[in-house]
Amino acid sequence: MAITMSPSAVRHVKGFLESRGKGGGLRLGVKTSGCSGLAYVLEVFDEVDKNDEVFDIEGIKIAVDRKSLIYLDGTELDYVREGLNEGFKFKNPNEKNSCGCGESFSV
Amino acid sequence: MTLLQISEPGRSPEPHARRRAAGIDLGTTHSLVATVVDGRPETIPDADGRVLLPSVVRYLADGAPAVVGDAARAAQAEDPLNTLASVKRLIGRSIDELPEFANRSHYEFAAGDSIMPKFATVAGPISPVQASAEILRALALRAAGTLGGAPEGVVITVPAYFDDSQRQATIDAARIAGLNVLRLLNEPTAAAVAYGLDRGTEGVHAVYDLGGGTFDISILRFTKGVFEVLSTAGDSALGGDDVDARLAAWIRAQAGLGDNLDHGAHRQLLVLARAIKEGLSDHAEMEITLSRPSGENWLGRITRAQFEELIADLIERTLAPCRQAVKDAGIALDELTEVILVGGSTRIPLVREAVAKFFGREAHVEIDPDRVVALGAAIQADILIGNKPDSDMLLLDVIPLSLGIETMGGLTEKIIPRNTTIPAVRAQDFTTYKDGQTALSLHVLQGERELVRDNRSLARFELRGIPPMVAGAARIRVTFQVDADGLLSVSAREQTQGVESRIEVKPSYGLSDEEVESMLTAAMDHAHEDMDQRRLRELKLEANQTMEALTAALAKDGERLLDAGERTDIAGALARLHGLNQGADETAIRGAIDELDRVSTVFAQRRMDDAIRNALSGHGVAEFSGDQDA
Repeated sequence: MAITMSPSAVRHVKGFLESRGKGGGLRLGVKTSGCSGLAYVLEVFDEVDKNDEVFDIEGIKIAVDRKSLIYLDGTELDYVREGLNEGFKFKNPNEKNSCGCGESFSV
Repeated sequence: MTLLQISEPGRSPEPHARRRAAGIDLGTTHSLVATVVDGRPETIPDADGRVLLPSVVRYLADGAPAVVGDAARAAQAEDPLNTLASVKRLIGRSIDELPEFANRSHYEFAAGDSIMPKFATVAGPISPVQASAEILRALALRAAGTLGGAPEGVVITVPAYFDDSQRQATIDAARIAGLNVLRLLNEPTAAAVAYGLDRGTEGVHAVYDLGGGTFDISILRFTKGVFEVLSTAGDSALGGDDVDARLAAWIRAQAGLGDNLDHGAHRQLLVLARAIKEGLSDHAEMEITLSRPSGENWLGRITRAQFEELIADLIERTLAPCRQAVKDAGIALDELTEVILVGGSTRIPLVREAVAKFFGREAHVEIDPDRVVALGAAIQADILIGNKPDSDMLLLDVIPLSLGIETMGGLTEKIIPRNTTIPAVRAQDFTTYKDGQTALSLHVLQGERELVRDNRSLARFELRGIPPMVAGAARIRVTFQVDADGLLSVSAREQTQGVESRIEVKPSYGLSDEEVESMLTAAMDHAHEDMDQRRLRELKLEANQTMEALTAALAKDGERLLDAGERTDIAGALARLHGLNQGADETAIRGAIDELDRVSTVFAQRRMDDAIRNALSGHGVAEFSGDQDA
């Protein structure tokens, strides 16, 4: 069970946590919703839950609940710029289909 | 694939919860609609893949729906009277401005009781607002296909120079088309947003927008995440249409066609000129094939150099507003960070050269100059509808002309100076001019001049129920509020009793960009004259007030306190001042006021003494000394 982050993602997460001033780290997850089933969760967390698995990547704490981890195993979190837009991207090997708009996916 | 942002705990956005928003560039010659898809703005093409919708509406007989776009433009030659083009030039204008336009256009106008001009078409009288609504409806329909439903909100762009009535008319058109306008956005501001200058470093940027029918130059400052429009200038009667007309005239002369072309032939010639112009942006020389009315073909050719010579003065004319805008912004040319080109006409190589030379740097052309405004509008619409709740991007625009009210003597008191960023609220206190005055008439004005008659009247309203007080004692707070769309509301509130009166200024349709500009120019040209006028008016007011006060005092105490000689002196001085005050000789009026002051000093002293005596009379000295008898 592993999750990784690209160098640019690490840089942006660190920048975000610094400017927010508080927060234990980053929460990754999936939730059920949307047209093809699942959507990603990308949040800052203040407290870890007893169901969380916590990773340490380059000094950043990453919390993933056990259920989500099944769907996220092997995922690399990347930070990219596409045209005028920039943001985080889940590179998830488990992802089979995503809906047209890319906001939800299925495994 | 959508790109994600980090959310607060438990606040990850629901997928597909996005609301449908679109940005619309309602142009003189072309209109476009764009929306944000996967975080990226994209212009929406029609079923045939065309992004530009010609801003042309053709009305049909027997209640058939109007045709908009390419089909309408194709019918221009065969059905010129029912095919309306460039209606943006007329939106928000009054019928009074028509003669000039009507002389230049081939349209027929319907007589009506409204001040809004109406085109006489087979579908009945059609206003520019209605025709614009048809264009907006066509764009909204196109957007609905991509968005999966009608847009819940739109941002429509307007030229920076559009005045209140033109903005209001644009909103009216959207309402007729059944659209919810989130906001009107100045075209150059939208372009800067599309270029992502909001993510760049702080700086001052110029947006040079040469469209089909209008030219706008705007200087924007970007600081601390906020766009502020420092200044705008332009020429509303200059654009690609003029280039086409120039080239068409040249072709007509070369081909030996007469001046009396019918509507259809004239349109055909313009369409040809347009195609040649576009070709000359990529080729050094173009062949021209023109079918004459007689049926035979005329063949000619034109080189880019010849073309550039034809239009050099048109391009040169864009530089004066550039100079003005830079000056208004209070910056030096080398302080500019970026220059952006907008509008199809900026594809002309000569335009790019002229801009690069003037600003001393290459301008941005990476984003299609036809689409850039719509793309920026889409980004803004996406934010305003709430799809990017954390975005703190705020766009600030400026008002093009000062707003103020009329004060005594026909003078204009500016409340919000021009180039103030909007939304803006400014208040100023005024008072009554006469004793016992219970009503105040407020006259809302727009313009830079000192005298009311030189400015534009926007609205009049009255504040009644002011408690009677001596002149100057009442305190009336007049508040001007300009909302984010540039629309004005004015309120007046009497402070002691709290009576209030307000007005939403939806000005009578009718101030053209040319007028805005000529009003600005006039303010510069007449600066000294205006100043003199203001001084004279103020002096006359002072004279009137002095005479009124003195006449009232004479009627009351003149007989009692003055002898015949003194009365004659004062009456003489009064008559002299009254006479001179009808004229315009400042020195003489000032002299007469001083003279009246001098001869009436003794009267004033006696009245003062008298007042003190009266105050004391009926009271024994004892009352003041503490002695009880007497």
